[in-house]
Amino acid sequence: MSSGEPGAIRAKFQGVLGRFPLDAAFSVPSRGVTALFGPSGCGKSTVLRCLAGLHYLPGGFCAINDENWQDEKMFLPPYRRSIGYVFQEASLFPHLSVRRNLLYGAPSSTNAAASSVSFDEVIDLLGLAALLDRSPKHLSGGERQRVAIGRALLSQPKLLLMDEPLSALDRLTKDEILPFLERLHQRLALPVIYVSHDMTEIERLADHLVLMQAGRVLATGPLSVLQSDPSLPLAADRAAAVSFDAVVEAYDRAYGILTLQIDGGQLLVPADPVARGERRRLRIAASDVSLARDRPAASSLLNAMPARIVSRSPAGASEILVVLALGVEGNGARLLARITRRSWDVLQLQEGADVFAQVKGVALAPARGSDHATSIKAF
Amino acid sequence: MTGLSGEIWQPVRLTIELAAITTFILLIVGTPIAWWLARSKAWWKEAVAAVVALPLVLPPTVLGFYLLVLLGPDGPGGLLARLWGGATLAFTFQGLVIGSVLYSMPFVVQPIRNSFAAIGDRPLEVAATLRASPRRAFWTVAIPLARPGFLAGAVLGFAHTVGEFGIVLMIGGSVPGKTKVLSVAIFDFVETSQWREANILAGGMAVFAFAVILTMTLIEKHIARIHA
Repeated sequence: MSSGEPGAIRAKFQGVLGRFPLDAAFSVPSRGVTALFGPSGCGKSTVLRCLAGLHYLPGGFCAINDENWQDEKMFLPPYRRSIGYVFQEASLFPHLSVRRNLLYGAPSSTNAAASSVSFDEVIDLLGLAALLDRSPKHLSGGERQRVAIGRALLSQPKLLLMDEPLSALDRLTKDEILPFLERLHQRLALPVIYVSHDMTEIERLADHLVLMQAGRVLATGPLSVLQSDPSLPLAADRAAAVSFDAVVEAYDRAYGILTLQIDGGQLLVPADPVARGERRRLRIAASDVSLARDRPAASSLLNAMPARIVSRSPAGASEILVVLALGVEGNGARLLARITRRSWDVLQLQEGADVFAQVKGVALAPARGSDHATSIKAF
Repeated sequence: MTGLSGEIWQPVRLTIELAAITTFILLIVGTPIAWWLARSKAWWKEAVAAVVALPLVLPPTVLGFYLLVLLGPDGPGGLLARLWGGATLAFTFQGLVIGSVLYSMPFVVQPIRNSFAAIGDRPLEVAATLRASPRRAFWTVAIPLARPGFLAGAVLGFAHTVGEFGIVLMIGGSVPGKTKVLSVAIFDFVETSQWREANILAGGMAVFAFAVILTMTLIEKHIARIHA
């Protein structure tokens, strides 16, 4: 594992973690947002601290692209790793103004030209202009966390590590910050490792997922692949859903309907106008998908996409979780549907059968600048 | 009258000089000790802390006695003094400084240690993730955040040096202009029944002590407000 491998973040850490051993190894692409997800105490924060060099586990390994940060022979201290780190609590320096907090880790002006993200860009991205000359003491929780994120970005990291940055905030403040994180994701080509135990954050932000449980890595892969894997706990959850990155295809002004292209299908969603070509994150819950053998002839439902049944697994006593592959040939993205066992039998469904997936609701991530994710009933 | 005021002012000036030099040395020597005590995970650090705190418990005469042995012509202090042609450090101003530094050390180290400990790991971790070397983190984060501890330590160290009597008498004696500090001067005035002079110095000390305690209380209130 010591030879360089461009385009990947690789980590392997073993140690003791409270009640159980930590034994985590994974390799994820060094682009986009990778979420470390698992229940509280599963070791995900420890892994993040090890990646940052804040925690030393002997015998560990980690490398980003072809740069080793820890191996058998060496351990780079945190201040020599080009990381940005956002802690659960903003942890701003109380003796410095917001501006001086932001600039604490910024490279000296001589290298500023080569920096990948400018001061003004960060101020604009995170809406910090009005806060610059304030003291951290006089900021709200959400404002503090935005400053902390800006401070980490301005240190010009190659990798941004975020340790449950929203979990100390209340619901309302979370909704205030999430759009900022989404903008970050859209506008900066900075790889992010994001620790969270809140699936709703991950569904909106993550591209990749490292699923952890009791100190071990259960699975690693693209978010939607892991979401739709019936052998993993995500799909078994009552709130199981699959996230898609959709591209805006068209907007029907007369009806206010957006056409979104996803891998293997098209979705019509009522929404405010969006420019063609723009990317949007959307989420379809398993409970919002029903199945039909034939294309529904007359229905108020907007979305019925051809799909093929990939697998079925029991979900409780009376329900079945169905994994679908979108598209006539069944070679598009995966989608989950939860239907009753009775319907499965009545419709005489089986694995490999071609069906129509009827989507009752789509949660569309908000447009840049608007504040809330809108859950849309697409009837 | 001028003779009288000289008799009073000389010990006052000497005392302030001694306390200022002692406090200065203690801030320089005490800060690394306090940092180490606050941050180290060594099991024996509390033993070091206990040695630093000894003067809090020991009768000053005990400390003074050992210092007299150490600083006298037959001890290491005597060898040191020979470097510049002296025979002993006992009964000299330098000896007094050494004694005061040891005696006042806990009053400076303890508050600084406490405020270093109160900072916790987080601000230093934040600094490290922002590319700050341990040295830069110490100067730009730890020191500014521990400022109240430095203020308290300096005030307490100064005040305790001013008020010290036992050690000063043991190792300094009462050489006017050299080792005859305020507390010793009061003692001498009383011995010679110069009540008026004793009164002036003692009253001045009382006012000084009041001012110190008031200052400390105000500093603590200020700290509480910062952390609120």
